[in-house]
Amino acid sequence: MSEVHDLVIVGSGPAGYTAAIYAARAQLAPIVYEGSVTAGGALMNTTEVENFPGFPEGVMGPDLMDSLRKQAVKFGAKLITDDITEMKLAGEIKTLTDGSGNVLQARSVILATGSAYKEIGLTNEKRLSGHGVSWCATCDGFFFRDKEIAVVGGGDSAMEEATFLTRFASKVVLIHRRDSFRASKIMAERVMNNPKIEIMWNTEVTDVLGDANMTGLKLRNLVTGAESTRDLSGLFVAIGHVPRSELVLGQINCDPEGYVQVEGRTTRTNQSGVFACGDLVDNSYRQAITAAGSGCAAALDAERFLASH
Amino acid sequence: MSAATPVTTATFDEVVLKSSTPVLVDFWAEWCGPCKAVGPILDEIANEYGAKLKVVKLNTDEESAIAMKYGITSIPTLNVYVNGEIVKSIIGAKPKPALLKELADYL
Repeated sequence: MSEVHDLVIVGSGPAGYTAAIYAARAQLAPIVYEGSVTAGGALMNTTEVENFPGFPEGVMGPDLMDSLRKQAVKFGAKLITDDITEMKLAGEIKTLTDGSGNVLQARSVILATGSAYKEIGLTNEKRLSGHGVSWCATCDGFFFRDKEIAVVGGGDSAMEEATFLTRFASKVVLIHRRDSFRASKIMAERVMNNPKIEIMWNTEVTDVLGDANMTGLKLRNLVTGAESTRDLSGLFVAIGHVPRSELVLGQINCDPEGYVQVEGRTTRTNQSGVFACGDLVDNSYRQAITAAGSGCAAALDAERFLASH
Repeated sequence: MSAATPVTTATFDEVVLKSSTPVLVDFWAEWCGPCKAVGPILDEIANEYGAKLKVVKLNTDEESAIAMKYGITSIPTLNVYVNGEIVKSIIGAKPKPALLKELADYL
């Protein structure tokens, strides 16, 4: 029979790495599945993080994740750059299978799989993905030099992407369904004061136009109902996130949107010995620092659980 | 261990378009997080399947002419070329099992 680990952490990012730091310092020898192409989480595709406490000059998202990662390794966390593809979380011993076919056993599991980009849900959005429709401004902004492009969304991510993309694009049209942004004031003001950004309020994208490459968008004004088309070379979608809970649905209680439900202020799920943290559980705060905080709580909850079982 | 080898505008014709075996071209750039994540996976595929599928990488920042010619607007883009024609285009970083599945016809 193979070894039974005390703790396996599934996912990285601020939540997973912070859980790893705390669990490693508690000498739980955590195994961390960082994700084969998602290691470091959502912050790997951002530029400057200005609101993480302790960094008055700001810090680049990938650099911050690299530091958290190193800190986890320093205290003895074992990081594996692969995915968990299957989990059996009921009972005292949990069984996890990774992308290379290895099977692990663990007494406790921390879920920190974060979230994925939400799609608008249009057929042509999918078809033209990679041909004008993009999900990563830092990756793809460069290819839209001197082009007119759109960002859709109204939160901090949309503000950050729109502002970032003005480095390359001749003009960025920011399309938002409502008449105000839910983004933080500082980010929203930066957008509204940027001469290269045009804001289209109360507007939704109803279709993405183009044959081999995107050539424009079909839009609808949600107040007047007026439909229009606009020539644009690119569309960056930043309308929010969906929790990556597909592997645990049916085993772990989730809310109707798929966020893992935890007990009160703890990180305990309905399965004994299974804890959840970060964007996977959080549809209201969704910050690097709150994810890190909940990762810490998950490690402490797991430590207490292991001590009493 | 053979890793994915760099290809340039100057060598693209010879290495990719005139290749007798299928070629996977990884369009990437230094600033792209997902490109860095998928890089080691492509090195593994090069190492394990190199005899059947040539794996090369093109830096879209340094070799923008080729990237523009093929209309690259998202990276990583993984294009498979057979006899000089694109037969498969994979957009975005994917885990190894998913890539192997998409590339099954050429492995």
